[in-house]
Amino acid sequence: MKLLVPVKRVLDYNVKPRVKADGSGVDLSNVKMSMNPFDEIAVEEALRLREAGAASEVVVVSIGEAKAAETLRTALAMGADRAVLITAEGPVEPLGVAKLLAKVAQEEQPGLVILGKQAIDDDNGQTGQMLAGLLGWGQGTFASKVAIEGEHAVVTREVDGGAETVRLKLPAIVTTDLRLNEPRYASLPNIMKAKSKPMANKTPADYGVDVTPRLTVTRVEEPGKRQAGVKVADVDELVAKLKALGVTG
Amino acid sequence: MKTLVWAEHDNAALKDATLATVTAAGKLGEVHLLVAGHDCDAVAQAAAKIAGVATVHVADDAAYEHPLPESVAPLVVELMASHDAFVVPATTTGRNLAPRVAALLDVMQISDILSVESANSFTRPIYAGNAIATVTTSDAKLVITVRGTAFDKAAAEGGSATIESVSAAAQGQDQASFVSSEIAASERPELTSAKIIVSGGRALQNGENFASIIEPLADRLGAGVGASRAAVDAGYVPNDYQVGQTGKIVAPELYIAIGISGAIQHLAGMKDSKVIVAINKDEDAPIFQVADIGLVGDLFNIVPELTEKL
Repeated sequence: MKLLVPVKRVLDYNVKPRVKADGSGVDLSNVKMSMNPFDEIAVEEALRLREAGAASEVVVVSIGEAKAAETLRTALAMGADRAVLITAEGPVEPLGVAKLLAKVAQEEQPGLVILGKQAIDDDNGQTGQMLAGLLGWGQGTFASKVAIEGEHAVVTREVDGGAETVRLKLPAIVTTDLRLNEPRYASLPNIMKAKSKPMANKTPADYGVDVTPRLTVTRVEEPGKRQAGVKVADVDELVAKLKALGVTG
Repeated sequence: MKTLVWAEHDNAALKDATLATVTAAGKLGEVHLLVAGHDCDAVAQAAAKIAGVATVHVADDAAYEHPLPESVAPLVVELMASHDAFVVPATTTGRNLAPRVAALLDVMQISDILSVESANSFTRPIYAGNAIATVTTSDAKLVITVRGTAFDKAAAEGGSATIESVSAAAQGQDQASFVSSEIAASERPELTSAKIIVSGGRALQNGENFASIIEPLADRLGAGVGASRAAVDAGYVPNDYQVGQTGKIVAPELYIAIGISGAIQHLAGMKDSKVIVAINKDEDAPIFQVADIGLVGDLFNIVPELTEKL
């Protein structure tokens, strides 16, 4: 079976975002961009399923500006077989992304689509579930374990309070949680090899999908700053402060 | 506007997250609750008593015992024909279900709202809480998930909603089925509703230290126990202890961070706490930039002494 893995180019997770002074958004000029960490985990899981013989091909897809090609090259260097880049002007919301991915899925007929559980820029956490809804497939979100058993995927999910296991009829959607795996690094020879792997260039119009945003961001601002605190010298002083707050133990 | 609120429950009792969601939904208009479950009469009765709820729709069917979105989303879509907004707590259940409903309604979901600015305008955190976006929607129907710590809880008593049963042919069982769940047993307060949280990080070094240093202090204070991702990844505690962007979002009265450096992903989960106390041996640790009270020193000496003196 074929695996489809959508990946997103986002502000690197180590970079502290700076809100623009005019309130129009977060400043993304001249900052390091990387593959969304949850998507790295998705690529890794797809590669492991292929290495275990449960899948034959891993196709990665990204939607966004032309530079998303770099993110796809990273996924190819990790070991994905080929890539689809859908270039779009301006931001595409999860609903638009899900509609495009549904078209790609209908074209590619994957047995499983593996996505990250959320992108660390917009923190929406919607795309996988939306895609599952549009395709009418089962969804295994926040996965910490994925096993293919014949015509089904058995997915252990991280839920509030513990874990839950569901059984999904294939084809299905899985979204990755942090503890699913430890993504591999791309080696230099593989980075070189990735340059010659195939990458199809598409636009939303090729799929007949309208990606006009439904939401307008009217303002982006810094969160309220906390007042500077005090440092205490020892435990006695800390206990006194806590007791003053009404914490008595 | 008629809102439909997803009641989160375990078929025996309502979860607290529902109450904050009712408050958020009440800012939009008339509040209706959906209780989908199996043998969940007690939950329906409790839901009807929540102040401000007009109607409780009860879908009692074996198919809804575990609320898999494949089965529940079609039910919600049916009810949304007569409601204007679907409002859901941003719990793992809510976050699993709501986007599927939104896609079936062909609307963009608004995730994890912090405030209701108007009937179509909301604030929500982006970039791990490092920025707050105000978004306005042009969709005819709203699908919203609510950050529970950002809204007061509606009173659990005082309402007298009518209970109506919903009959819908359950769908989706061929797509997905429930196999099992492992819920970690805990005597301590639930993390997302605890008034005090004691949280430990990588500096604890192992699970035994976590149990012998963090837990006695938490027990002394009647506090919930949290952890940083580093402590979870290292296996000191189970992953449902994790506080942060990818774990739980908490806002207790008092948050005591012990041996936690304060990475932005961790701060995203706790920086709305009323009072933050940090104990760390590195005086330059970023946690001290958000802490109201800081103590620089070795947690292995400080925390037992603190536990004893409180």
